[in-house]
Amino acid sequence: MQDYLDDLESRSIYILREAYNRIKPLGMLWSIGKDSTALLWMIRKAFFGKIPFPMIQLDTQMELQEVYDFRDMLIKEWGFEFHAEMCPPEESMDQTLPPATRSASRKTEGLKNLITNHKYKGIIVGIRRDEQSMRAKERVFSPRSFDGNWDYKDQPAEFWDQYKTEFPEGTHVRIHPILHWREIDIWRYTLREGIPYVPLYLADKNGMRYRSLGEKNITTPIKSTASSLEEIIAELETTKSSERAGRTMDHDSEDSFEKLRRSGYM
Amino acid sequence: MSLDNLQKLGVVIVGHVDHGKSTLIGRLLHDTGSFMDGKLEELKAICERRNVPFEWSFLLDAFQAERDQAITIDTTQIWFKTKTRNCVIIDAPGHREFLKNMVSGAAFADAAILVVDAKEGVREQTKRHAYLLHLLGLQQILVVINKMDLVDYSEERYNEVTSEVKTYLAGIGVTPHSIIPIAARNGENIATKAESMSWHKGLTVLETMDIFEPVSAPVERPLRFPVQDVYRWDETRIIAGRIESGVVRKGDTLTFSPSNRQAKVVSIEKWNSKTEILTAQAGESIGLVLDQPIFVARGDVASHDEKAPALSNVFRSNIFWLGKSPLQAGKHYKMKLATYEATVTVQSIECVIDTNDLSRSQKQTVETNEMAEVVFRSREMLALDSYKDSLKMGRLVLVENHDVVGGGLIVPEGLVDQRKTLGKAQDNLYAVDHLLAPAARSARNGHKGAVVWLTGLSGSGKSTLAMRVEHALFTRGMQTYVLDGDNVRKGLCGDLGFSPEARTENIRRVGEVANLMADAGLVAITAFISPYRADRRKAREAAGDKFFEIYVKADLATCEKRDPKGLYKKARTGEIKEFTGITSPYEAPENADLVVDTSTRGIDACVEMITQYILDHTRADSNVTQLPAAKARS
Repeated sequence: MQDYLDDLESRSIYILREAYNRIKPLGMLWSIGKDSTALLWMIRKAFFGKIPFPMIQLDTQMELQEVYDFRDMLIKEWGFEFHAEMCPPEESMDQTLPPATRSASRKTEGLKNLITNHKYKGIIVGIRRDEQSMRAKERVFSPRSFDGNWDYKDQPAEFWDQYKTEFPEGTHVRIHPILHWREIDIWRYTLREGIPYVPLYLADKNGMRYRSLGEKNITTPIKSTASSLEEIIAELETTKSSERAGRTMDHDSEDSFEKLRRSGYM
Repeated sequence: MSLDNLQKLGVVIVGHVDHGKSTLIGRLLHDTGSFMDGKLEELKAICERRNVPFEWSFLLDAFQAERDQAITIDTTQIWFKTKTRNCVIIDAPGHREFLKNMVSGAAFADAAILVVDAKEGVREQTKRHAYLLHLLGLQQILVVINKMDLVDYSEERYNEVTSEVKTYLAGIGVTPHSIIPIAARNGENIATKAESMSWHKGLTVLETMDIFEPVSAPVERPLRFPVQDVYRWDETRIIAGRIESGVVRKGDTLTFSPSNRQAKVVSIEKWNSKTEILTAQAGESIGLVLDQPIFVARGDVASHDEKAPALSNVFRSNIFWLGKSPLQAGKHYKMKLATYEATVTVQSIECVIDTNDLSRSQKQTVETNEMAEVVFRSREMLALDSYKDSLKMGRLVLVENHDVVGGGLIVPEGLVDQRKTLGKAQDNLYAVDHLLAPAARSARNGHKGAVVWLTGLSGSGKSTLAMRVEHALFTRGMQTYVLDGDNVRKGLCGDLGFSPEARTENIRRVGEVANLMADAGLVAITAFISPYRADRRKAREAAGDKFFEIYVKADLATCEKRDPKGLYKKARTGEIKEFTGITSPYEAPENADLVVDTSTRGIDACVEMITQYILDHTRADSNVTQLPAAKARS
């Protein structure tokens, strides 16, 4: 019997296989967080144990130490092609941006460098619609212009599992295989499948946990007593606060996240 | 909430612009307590800052441009819970110019709420949206007559608008589940029954949503398994795809269409499965291992023999057109049907439907946002199901200049009646006044011309592979021809011997002829040892970017063991003086486009690799509608 997680997973696998068949070369942004790690697990499912394209981290060298430790452990254990793309320093960012937004935009620039240098035609990103209202408007196959810009006012028609898979020279496509998942689905799936995760998601002895993992200078933990996946799931069933509440950059100004995304942020 | 109820219900909210879609959504979220902390305050703050009255639509209109213009540009999804289940609300823009976004949202829905303004009544987009819901196959439709507060909750006005809606829906064969009078702004008849409209005896909006069911995967229908990809990470070949309908069991004999080949399912594969998988059903993404090495590629459809899809190259479709330039009779488009891609020609436009009054007119073009009945023709046979037999397989999209420009349902009528179209004159006669552009040829052929150059030692398997690949391409409707020693030495190169100079000239001629064939639109496959890099480079120069060098690799010992023509033996005994690999060198390619190792892989795997490579590299461009050097003559 298929349950609802199987349906979500099957759809993601379908998207991953479409991407792998239609778009070359292909790479995936692995932020090492819960979403992209669950997605990495689904890649193993889609390709029968193989991870047929590289995992890429946009590295600001500002992640928490536990994140780096987890990264190194998983690369060793699962054995896949990995590339850390070093992001340019904050001093070289647009200084008119609000501070947290400016810091986040380092990843946008890192991504641009990655695409220019490695000529990727497709980049898989583990974003979800329920995270943020801009992301809710995304397509599964979302074209980007040469400089990475997102023309959100004229997105391609996308229906019946038929995706835009052809592009003019010089552009690339973002592929979002878990757009249809919610935060709670990811945790239920992680629990069911026994997928490893960074321990920072669990509450520490001070009653704090990270709900969303970003760089240490622009992410804060939330108050929580959830010290197991079961408890996280129970917490999410009743919570009224948003997942990205601990992400400073989302709250800089009304449209700070839009500015980031339009210019190529994930 | 138990896990059984987690299956989400997708509900799309559609209707004419400003009839209150966003307000209804805001209210649904508010009345079910689905707001995140601070969200309402945030919205109020934004409205205050902008000095505008409180707008629910700000909740969904995420883009600054949407808020600035107070219109919804693109579709969005937002989650909430009713008493019994999870719902995802799909907001669809009501503006005519954003119809492609409306379709992109609505296609994901299990049910729809059609919002009609009580004061304005049925308007242009009310009708177009209703018509599209019908084409998208949505069966569960709730109509709400909104803004009842602006017509003093008048039952009489409600009855007028209701009758108007019902008449239109009846005209397109849609029966709404129910019709509810509401005032979304005040939350009347959304979560609670409205005192102000006590004359209405039906359910509230939320109660109705709890009756709707998520559309379940068609497990009961005949098996359809469109092949998505073929993986061969090791010696096991896995046919990957998603079951769109029906059930597959281990041991089943499957028929692959359109090639009509059969093979048995040896195993059903899923990674990390703890137990052997004996059956898989609609909705599951799986892999299949077959007992026969039959050629299978992306786009093939596996079914059971007794209930296979129809094979035809002519069919009729009810389409909606989103393209910026009109659809025209005689034009070519790339069609995507499940995982299959084919070039189709618009044979005729049977009628264009005006969604406003449902009138049908005879026109030769279909403009943006119009609906039409169209007959398509393809070069090759297609595996086809009508949408009545299979909602998932019986629908197609059309692609032009990289973009999806339309969608359509394959109707059963066009599938059975082939005689009518067979009697018609061909539309694709062109008055040629100068050379045809390559794009025109590839448009007609459905693929580009190419030179596929096989190189390798004698006995490496070049000829066998060339013939097998030619066959595989031919059965897929492609124009192809093999050049090998047998057919060129007879005439074209009949004057040449086997000296190094003669061999070089031989390869030069083959390269030039192959290039001409590729220019003429064929996939020319050559099977020659062609041992010298310089010779092969010349051949590549002749053909340019349509040249693909394939290194058929096998070590000398293997080739010598095979020795199909006894040539190695003769070379060893000195009977043949110049023999590549023994007495003269073979310069292996340094940058072959593809390497197939016949000493480690089976012949079937190699055939498949090469065939797939050619399919991938000869795909016709999507902007095949331009025939720059030819004029259509009707």
